[in-house]
Amino acid sequence: MFELTALDLARTQFGFTIAFHIVFPAITIGLASYLAVLEACWLRTQRQLYRDLYQFWVKAFALNFGMGVVSGLVMAYQFGTNWSPFSEFAGSIIGPLLAYEVLTAFFLEAGFLGVMLFGWKRVGPSLHFLATVMVALGTLISATWILASGSWMQTPQGYRIVAGRAIPTDWLQVIFNPSFPYRLAHMCVAAFLATALMVGASAAWHLLRGNDQPAIRKMLSMSLWMLVLVAPLQLLIGDLHGLNTLEHQPAKIAAIEGHWENSGGSGEPLILFGLPDMAREETRFAVAIPHLGSLILTHSWNGPLPALKEFAPQDRPNSTVVFWSFRVMVGLGFMMIALGLWSVWLRWRGTLGHCRPFLHLLLWMGPSGLVALIAGWLTTEIGRQPWAIYGLLRTADAVSAHGALQMSFTLLLFVLVYVLVFGMGIVYLLRLIRTGPVPLSTAPEHP
Amino acid sequence: MDLPLTWAAIILFGIMMYVVLDGFDLGLGILYPFFKTKDERDVIMNTVAPVWDGNETWLVLGGAGLLAAFPLAYAVILSALSLPLILVLLALVLRGVAFEFRFKAHEHERHFWDKAFIGGSIAATFFQGVVLGAYIRGIPVAGHAYSGGPLDWISPFSLFTGIGLLVTYALLGSTWLIMKTEGALQLRAYWLTRWLTWKLLAVIVVVSVWTPLADAAIAERWFSLPNLLWFSPVPLLVAASAWSLLRSVSRKAQALPFLSTLALVFLGYSGLGISLWPNIVPPTISIWQASSPPESQEFTLIGTLFIIPIILAYTVWSYYVFRGKVKPGQGYH
Ligand code: HDD
Ligand code: HEM
Ligand code: HEM
Repeated sequence: MFELTALDLARTQFGFTIAFHIVFPAITIGLASYLAVLEACWLRTQRQLYRDLYQFWVKAFALNFGMGVVSGLVMAYQFGTNWSPFSEFAGSIIGPLLAYEVLTAFFLEAGFLGVMLFGWKRVGPSLHFLATVMVALGTLISATWILASGSWMQTPQGYRIVAGRAIPTDWLQVIFNPSFPYRLAHMCVAAFLATALMVGASAAWHLLRGNDQPAIRKMLSMSLWMLVLVAPLQLLIGDLHGLNTLEHQPAKIAAIEGHWENSGGSGEPLILFGLPDMAREETRFAVAIPHLGSLILTHSWNGPLPALKEFAPQDRPNSTVVFWSFRVMVGLGFMMIALGLWSVWLRWRGTLGHCRPFLHLLLWMGPSGLVALIAGWLTTEIGRQPWAIYGLLRTADAVSAHGALQMSFTLLLFVLVYVLVFGMGIVYLLRLIRTGPVPLSTAPEHP
Repeated sequence: MDLPLTWAAIILFGIMMYVVLDGFDLGLGILYPFFKTKDERDVIMNTVAPVWDGNETWLVLGGAGLLAAFPLAYAVILSALSLPLILVLLALVLRGVAFEFRFKAHEHERHFWDKAFIGGSIAATFFQGVVLGAYIRGIPVAGHAYSGGPLDWISPFSLFTGIGLLVTYALLGSTWLIMKTEGALQLRAYWLTRWLTWKLLAVIVVVSVWTPLADAAIAERWFSLPNLLWFSPVPLLVAASAWSLLRSVSRKAQALPFLSTLALVFLGYSGLGISLWPNIVPPTISIWQASSPPESQEFTLIGTLFIIPIILAYTVWSYYVFRGKVKPGQGYH
């Protein structure tokens, strides 16, 4: 462990803690909206089935939310403990955005969560519904602020540098920085996709075991409609997002494509698979389709693409990693679209709930939303390297001056506690899902 | 308006809210070992289950507010106290998940999360106290960065403030239980409260003697005229609150013990503020030196002044919805 520098360890620690954190918010964002929809359906139709589903998923939501809160708490302080030069440099910009997130989102979620979870008997149905909606709204507001600050680090604007610090000059420019709308849309859709796949996979699990109740059919149907609607949407947003990155972070695109140099006007290929080798400055074993790279990114037959050799070696992101993380994400995205199409066909045939191969695939795709989401973030964040704030602050200059020993110690502690705590949490979540929704008539007395 | 001053006041208020609110729910974890049966433990959990998340959010506001308004202080303090703070955070992780996990675990696993709740609460409180003590003793700075070593936060004084905070939060917890429970559980809480009050008074006396002895500037602040006259009500009010606390306990009052404890905590906190003023990184960096530019402070202030009253309103509403005694078997689990 000791040949790693304190910088490597700090980066590993940040990557590790945020990768754990983001799993929970993604499910929180998706489930909160799902619960609001379920409660609205229940209020409108008064069908007990919706209420049963609400009672079922709200337990998973509570468990997941708790893990989101405690892992987020760690994130909010990690900027200071491990990245103090970063905090001093960018605190005047990142800080107010985070403060607004706390004020407009975290308090809203926390304030109404109690009523949402424990308030059925204490407030009327419409007040309870209001609480659910407020929590769902809070999760989306939270995503908005945090992605504004995350996007600002990718495509900063609306600032000037005074005495070695970034000072805001125009808040609207800071918040609505060029990559923000794409990132926000892409992330919220990713959260909905990840949740839809989790809900759908739970339904598939029960159906495969012969637990065929109306509530479970409902779950299956709702989650697959979501998938059909948003999986293609995600492809569209992702494409626009990529064009935006081409404009603002060409080195990242070059790394994602594993593209080392241009041919000089005769069109660039799309490398489907290969192994970008940073030392040899080439992508080995490349399987490529001629001209497709130019076509997708420049919408012309022969347009040049950004190429890694145009950037000094110390300014190149690690292509080996982002080339593959990007392909994992996009590959899973296409599989989700395919799954959605299959579900439409089965629905039309009327065999959605019986087709065992389909249900098996859905079950296996359960975690794929989360995998794609983490792969996407790895692409974005590692593709930003060597910058912590693109073009302004290098990651190497952003890290606190702690020793490697201290950083190894805290990293080890994080790994131990997280694996134990969140590992058990995920076991409990799966156990809960295994019990399935309980129709109220047979359930023990519920509040 | 003096922006840095306003921001210092807001952050002090946020941390105060945190200490009071998360104080009582951490206190419950510290006192958990005194309540052994599952029913009692369920009731204790259910007195805070609907509100603990909101309580912890004040800590997040403290962090984010500090970053927004005083980035230099955020950078220096957090990197200086990095180790104990990470221990606080990890302890909060352990106890935070226990609220949900306890009810989801199998019968034979529950004791593990009970222990995580106890251990996490005690460790989070103790290291918060240590952080406080180390902060009071001062943070060496060279240029714009922390210049001490990774273990400078360990000192007899900071270990003592760690213990002091354990007593404080435990007392907040026991008086909260008096207010929210009844029967045998409440009787035990009365007994604990009496015992803890004397401990807390001892802690306050020791800290009040130790701080000025260790730091000449703080002694100067308190004991020179006319400050002495201005500040003399503080110890008198401490005595009055302690008296009210003890008396309300022997009269078996319901809410007064908690309120008196709040007063005690508030006074101790003010005393600390008086000692450190106007430094945000004692002993060298003042709030004006650590400030972010007015563009940042103003932008954040507009929203803060507007939103905090709304937050307080719905927080009060949520406490109101869950008012009254918690009975066994309540809760959604
Ligand atoms: C796309 C959304 C998203 C992203 C990118 C992040 N978070 Fe998060 N976070 C949320 C969405 C969210 C949420 C949905 O609002 C959570 C998740 C579960 C929850 O309880 O609220 C949350 C919880 C949460 C909390 C606890 C709030 C509370 O007390 O209620 C904190 C302090 C943070 N986050 C901080 C961060 C930081 C510093 C991040 C970046 C480095 C970060 N989050 C990334
Ligand atoms: C929620 C999804 C996110 C994920 C999965 C994620 C992932 C990562 C990863 C893997 C790294 C390490 C990169 C490396 O060093 O190679 C990193 C670094 C970092 N990210 Fe993110 N990130 C997320 C969101 C954010 C947001 C919203 C912010 C800002 C508000 C942010 C700020 C940072 C900072 C300060 C670093 C450390 C400096 C660096 O290594 O570049 N991240 N992130
Ligand atoms: C289907 C085709 C998809 C395309 C073309 C696509 C495209 C992209 C691109 C270009 C980026 C990099 C942004 C940057 O340069 O910083 C990105 C990031 C990301 N992707 Fe995708 N994506 C697709 C599917 C998915 C799916 C299915 C998920 C998750 C369920 C997902 C989740 C993410 C996330 C979380 C990020 C990081 C956050 C961000 O930068 O917005 N993507 N995606």
